[in-house]
Amino acid sequence: MSLINKLNKAFDHRIRLGIMSVLVVNDHADFKELKELLDVTDGNLASHAKALEKESYIRVEKSFIGRKPNTKYIATDVGKLDFKKHIEALEKLIGG
Amino acid sequence: MTNDKYLEDIKEIKSLMNKSTRFISLSGMSGIMAGVYALIGSVIGHFIIQNAYEKGYRDTVNTLFETPWAQNPSLQIIVVAAGVLLFSIVTAFIFTRSKARKHKQKVWTKQSIRLIGNFMAPLSIGAIFTLVLLQYNLLGLVAPAMLVFYGLACMNAAQFTLGTVKYLGLSCAILGLINTQFIGYGLYFWAAGFGLCHIIYGAVMYYKYDR
Repeated sequence: MSLINKLNKAFDHRIRLGIMSVLVVNDHADFKELKELLDVTDGNLASHAKALEKESYIRVEKSFIGRKPNTKYIATDVGKLDFKKHIEALEKLIGG
Repeated sequence: MTNDKYLEDIKEIKSLMNKSTRFISLSGMSGIMAGVYALIGSVIGHFIIQNAYEKGYRDTVNTLFETPWAQNPSLQIIVVAAGVLLFSIVTAFIFTRSKARKHKQKVWTKQSIRLIGNFMAPLSIGAIFTLVLLQYNLLGLVAPAMLVFYGLACMNAAQFTLGTVKYLGLSCAILGLINTQFIGYGLYFWAAGFGLCHIIYGAVMYYKYDR
């Protein structure tokens, strides 16, 4: 199997890569935080988050803070592991 | 797909991991100023102790609130130390706020609150422990305990801000440990740790990140 095949298609986009980067080093992040960190629009963030959720790489928790709805994103164990592999593959491609 | 694209990805990952966990607006200049205040405080402390020796005043920890101010070197030193702390905190806040404004970042973020929490937890425990040392009149261990706990607090907080803070913490903690073998020289170790170390590492942070 070639190195390039080890790259994960699910992370092959700036926004999905960004979401995972934030979530692997933080216990959780909410929608607003992610939006500010990644500098993206609501719709863009929502659709890419959905894609990662479909792959079971992130978990979504919806709750209310007072009357305001709050969406919290959490990386799953599988997500963390696969993202780590993706980074390792990237580093090998650059180094080699 | 070229190498450049992979490199770009790695850079993006690193930058986001840092930005989302670390509070990077901490000002190096405020570290330098804290060191200067600590050195000034140490010099005043030195004169207080010298004056107490000459006039024959004993330490007054046990009668801290009954002894008149002029004959109360212990209270004088505590007030000077509190002054150093207060000036340092106010200066750190002002410099950090202006650095954050320059970078168009907020001061009160999840990152800065987490930084303060992880700094204050070990420090508060250390402060209570130091008060207990005062309670039992173990004055020789007060400066070592302050240095060790402050150092540990810095090391604990470093993962949430600029990495240089870790080395500041390590230096202070080691100075505190060495001080335990040279009881009675607390003031000099205190000046070296809170004064010199802050100026040195503050300058490193200033040249690395502030400009």
